[in-house]
Amino acid sequence: MKVALFIPCYIDQFYPKVGIATLQLLEKLGCEVVFPQNQTCCGQPMANSGYEHITGDCTKLFQDNFDDYDFVVSPSGSCTLHVKEHIPLKGKIYELIEFITDILKVESLEGEFKHKVGLHQSCHGQRGLKLSQMSELNAPFFSKPEQLLKNLKGLELVTLDRKDECCGFGGTFCVAEEAVSVRMGQDRLADHLKNGTEVLTGGDTSCLMHMEGIIRREKHSIKVMHIAEILNQAI
Amino acid sequence: MKTHSEAAEIFNKDFDRTTWHDETLYFVRQKRDKAAFQIKDWELLRETASSIKNNVLSNMHDYLLQFEENAIKNGIKIHWAADAKEHNEIVYGIISEYYKGEIPVDTFKGMVKSKSMLTEECHMNEFLAEKGIEVIDTDLGERIVQLAEEPPSHIVMPCIHWKKEEIGELFHKHLGTEKGNKDPQYLTEAARQHLRDKFLTRPIALTGVNFAVAETGEFVVCTNEGNADMGAHLADIHIASMGFEKIIPQKKHLGVFLRLLARSATGQPITTYSSHFKKPREGQQMHIVIVDNGRSTQLGREDFRNSLKCIRCAACFNTCPVYRRSGGHSYHNAVAGPIGSILAPNLDMRANADLPFASTLCGSCSNVCPVKIDIHQQLYKWRQVLVQEGYAPASKTLAMKGMSTVLSNPGIFKFSGKVGRMLMDKLPFLVNNNMNPWYKQREMPEPPEESFRDWYKKNRKK
Repeated sequence: MKVALFIPCYIDQFYPKVGIATLQLLEKLGCEVVFPQNQTCCGQPMANSGYEHITGDCTKLFQDNFDDYDFVVSPSGSCTLHVKEHIPLKGKIYELIEFITDILKVESLEGEFKHKVGLHQSCHGQRGLKLSQMSELNAPFFSKPEQLLKNLKGLELVTLDRKDECCGFGGTFCVAEEAVSVRMGQDRLADHLKNGTEVLTGGDTSCLMHMEGIIRREKHSIKVMHIAEILNQAI
Repeated sequence: MKTHSEAAEIFNKDFDRTTWHDETLYFVRQKRDKAAFQIKDWELLRETASSIKNNVLSNMHDYLLQFEENAIKNGIKIHWAADAKEHNEIVYGIISEYYKGEIPVDTFKGMVKSKSMLTEECHMNEFLAEKGIEVIDTDLGERIVQLAEEPPSHIVMPCIHWKKEEIGELFHKHLGTEKGNKDPQYLTEAARQHLRDKFLTRPIALTGVNFAVAETGEFVVCTNEGNADMGAHLADIHIASMGFEKIIPQKKHLGVFLRLLARSATGQPITTYSSHFKKPREGQQMHIVIVDNGRSTQLGREDFRNSLKCIRCAACFNTCPVYRRSGGHSYHNAVAGPIGSILAPNLDMRANADLPFASTLCGSCSNVCPVKIDIHQQLYKWRQVLVQEGYAPASKTLAMKGMSTVLSNPGIFKFSGKVGRMLMDKLPFLVNNNMNPWYKQREMPEPPEESFRDWYKKNRKK
């Protein structure tokens, strides 16, 4: 299956390892992966700040890059949600995990990752794309990321006190509301520390970047890996 | 007036108190979950409530007239207020007329008032105080913040930001309780005795309205303390203030809303008192003031009209990770929290332009909302409106336009990315300084040597 990879701007520039892991993982799962060279950003940073009306050029550039493909895959719940809601495409965009579970129909993955893993649910992935059930709803449990992680040998999923509270990144919120943003991140980390997380993972590098910034400043011992990095390393 | 982020920064200076505030409210969220999940058809109940309210929004005019007609038949006097000022003047007018234009200043004791966020929205207490009429808030939490000369910080739990030790101090000062006594039962008893005297001596009682039934012309007031009943039953005049969106079509619909309201608010199956008021008792006057105050405008805004479905349960407050860590006062509006942030810009865009940005758009608010208001979507949409109406700082607009230029030109993007990473690597002080809010309490990402696209070119592109 041929897929076009959408690597969000800040992953391209600051977290190339997440992009590499995504590409290699998809290849291992039998996909032919293409990275359209002139892609930049989905426009979400502007839109969420109230400037959706100036994202026209960004939208057009995105369409020019991806309209030739039936499947666009991205290792970011947040950017994927933005594209789904705001950029009409000829094909369809999927977040990496949902692409693996829903399109490639992977029930579970065989491999090994000997760590206590704390899963951070990004709000846009969870509540926006419905990658897993939300704690507010009276509805049956499911979790696409857990489905892929749980069979890895040696991997122990940490149970958190608050399993789906926001980390406080929130795009420009992270600087506009710096105090609350940092406090939310600190509280998420305290939950992971209390419950024994060794490796903090999630489907959104933006949340992870924010929490990693706090981890490094406060010198915690938690290691941060995108879920694509764990899966790619494990299988 | 401080913006939300400025006020929130001050709030967060006390780390332990912020922890306490967050945990207290999260506990209420958990109580809500527990109560809600005991109802098998909870999600269906939310859907039903939402549909009923949608029907109300689409037929507001007819239901209001039906309600008025039936209420008048029941012997209630109906008043229509276009805005806050009219509301306050009508209330004053009712009192003044009762005393034939001459309120007996020497013997007149004023008014008792049970919970009404609408009168907070209208700043009625201040208005009446200027006219020499004292208003005593009789809800315990409201009385506490009133004694402290503060507005409520939460629409259901007005003094949730106060600790019992502090309430002990406050009561010692105002009600003469023992110094240092913080026993909740002791303090509540003191408030009870203090308020009992007010109930017995005040000739006017004002209550809010939770639901107004068009079919019957009656209204329902929900309290846990019975203070609305105590006030209304003892007073010569009962005035009920309601925003016009409180209407529901039929009495049977109460079965839907009363099941949702208290479970969503505090995790109780139902409030202790759900009191139906239908007609004045012999010798009593009963008035309802139906208030617009911007609601018609909101009803006309396609993207925001369904914010008027709100039943004021505050579930969105309790689940909001930002509210829990910034407190109600940081929202500088009678209704705080996520719902306040989508209602307030309708009242005053300039004053409240910061509120829709006081959110990460996490969406938890929309998920707990018992009437399924798409709160986080409306926060996003208000941001667009506020920017386009010119309420964004010029510096932000400039930055966003610059960002847009870079991100829509692949050449500039690649070049500036490379330069940026190089500068961060060689001259880290350019970003690692106090001008950068990210860096204040967080490290910047470590700039890698090459971008993903550079790696791809080397390793994959044929």
